[in-house]
Amino acid sequence: MKIIVCIKQVPNTNEVKLNQETGTLIRDGVPSIINPDDLAGIEAALRIKDTRDAHVTVITMGPPQADVALREALAMGCDDAYLISDRAFAGADTWATSGTLAGAINLLGYDLIITGRQAIDGDTAQVGPQIAEHLGIPVISYAEEINAEDKTITVKRQYEDRYQIIQAQYPVLITALSELNQPRYMSVGGIVDAYDTKEVKSLAYVDLEHLVARENIGLKGSPTRVKKSFTKSPKGKGELHQVSDDESVEIIIRKLKEHHIL
Amino acid sequence: MDFSLSKKHELLRDLYVKFAKDEVQPLAAEVDETEQFPYGTVEKLARYGLLGIPVPREYGGAAADNLAYAMAVEELSKVCATTGVIVSAHTSLCTAPIMENGTPEQKEKYLTKLATGEWLGAFGLTEPGAGTDAAGQQTTAVPNGDNYILNGTKLFITNADAAHVYIIIAMTDKSKGTRGCTAFIVEKDFPGFSVGKQEKKMGIRGSATCELIMRDCVVPKANMLGKEGQGFKLAMQTLDGGRIGIAAQALGIAQGAIDITVNYVKERVQFGKRISQFQNTQFELADMQTTVDAARLLTYRAAYFKDKKQPYANHAAMAKLFASEAASDVTRRCLQLHGGYGYTREYAIERMMRDAKITEIYEGTSEVQKMVIAAHMKVN
Repeated sequence: MKIIVCIKQVPNTNEVKLNQETGTLIRDGVPSIINPDDLAGIEAALRIKDTRDAHVTVITMGPPQADVALREALAMGCDDAYLISDRAFAGADTWATSGTLAGAINLLGYDLIITGRQAIDGDTAQVGPQIAEHLGIPVISYAEEINAEDKTITVKRQYEDRYQIIQAQYPVLITALSELNQPRYMSVGGIVDAYDTKEVKSLAYVDLEHLVARENIGLKGSPTRVKKSFTKSPKGKGELHQVSDDESVEIIIRKLKEHHIL
Repeated sequence: MDFSLSKKHELLRDLYVKFAKDEVQPLAAEVDETEQFPYGTVEKLARYGLLGIPVPREYGGAAADNLAYAMAVEELSKVCATTGVIVSAHTSLCTAPIMENGTPEQKEKYLTKLATGEWLGAFGLTEPGAGTDAAGQQTTAVPNGDNYILNGTKLFITNADAAHVYIIIAMTDKSKGTRGCTAFIVEKDFPGFSVGKQEKKMGIRGSATCELIMRDCVVPKANMLGKEGQGFKLAMQTLDGGRIGIAAQALGIAQGAIDITVNYVKERVQFGKRISQFQNTQFELADMQTTVDAARLLTYRAAYFKDKKQPYANHAAMAKLFASEAASDVTRRCLQLHGGYGYTREYAIERMMRDAKITEIYEGTSEVQKMVIAAHMKVN
């Protein structure tokens, strides 16, 4: 089975600072990590590989600094890593990004694609499903359990108040939640291999131009226009009341009235 | 000259820090309090390759270098000195001498199990009457057919009860003094071998320090490590390497103490100010961090020369001397900055101060390190 995991390197914070003038992220001085949902995606792929014959390729589209995120994935046990990087891809929104990734995925070949649900720096949750759309394959989003068999894959799909069990044939794309699993650590030998014996391969636009039209990549291929960006104001601290059920109902009703909800 | 770490070493540091924070730190206080060997942690260390860091791939190791190994002991010791010394004794005192002196058969049989962490290793040189005066060995090894028969007692052996295999130094010819010492690889279940009482220690209380007792212990001749009569030299070379591990342990304890103290002084308020705002606090911490950085440079330098296969014994001795004394000094001063709270077992600094002291004693006391350094300087 050929599994491709799409990952994104993100700043290690939920409080991403924005440049108010340009609406872009200020990344300087913030340590970078693999996006948590994507890390769960890597682990999900490696667990399939633990129990059956599978080849796990990890890909990311990003600047050259994203190399370390791919090395980390290799050090966890992924077989191959590709950095999709080119000035031509710069300024891509989710649509141009997913189109470019779909081109790379077509180039590499696949049975199963795993992405994270969403990245903590953008929170769109669009890239995974859009890749499936570009490729014309089914998508199962919000996976909290995955069970891969030879011909089919069964996924528990999370909702706020329920779940679905969905079975699909390959090829299929799954978006993973960070709750899906506890990702393994890198191993010492894995890190040594990631730098000494394995390599992070590069894909530039020239490698993909027969698969993705130039007008569909980078800033030009991005229909999204950012009107305004702002940092979410933090919620106030919650109140904790340790009281009986009846008292708690009274407190809730009082609070709802205070806020003119009732 | 380049003082920056490679990207590989930076990623290794990321792993060590995460592993230490998630797997080791939560157990550190309990391991100290209960004096229980952390078997579960050791399994995890094995799973992620931390018990075979400098061992070649063909023997199941991670094929990393001694710098990578020293960094691992440092990061583990920042949060739990017991875990640091378990890795150090296993790697430097048992795995390394087999890797460096073993026959192909010995490496096949033992190195693979040690590097993968299936087996834990220990080292027996010290005896009731032979501490710093290691040449005063009383344990004997007498040939008998295809075996040697070992008799004697080893003392203060790290990992003793938890280990599966031991490097044991014994006299094969008492008349020759240190040139009559020979090293053997002894398995725990060899006939006549037993582990004695566990010491009640001041610090590193989870590390299972016990006696090893050999009463007509039968060791196959094939388990002689190195040549007959070369055991003392082998032990001294093993300790040269071990001192990098202990220097790293001491360095980790010291840095760990500073790290938690920095957090503490930023929160603790006295006289209407956070105590980090007092210049005494700032000067103390600045002074300590400078010392610890110097200890780190000495430790990494010793690892670097070992990796380059250049003479490093004096570098390792300097690193161990300086880092261990820094650990004792820094933990004491950090406890002082904690005030009364620091003296309670609620705060880790109390444990760190107790853990630090041993680094000035084992694998050669500070005085032994000075003897090594002075001899290298040809001062006599």
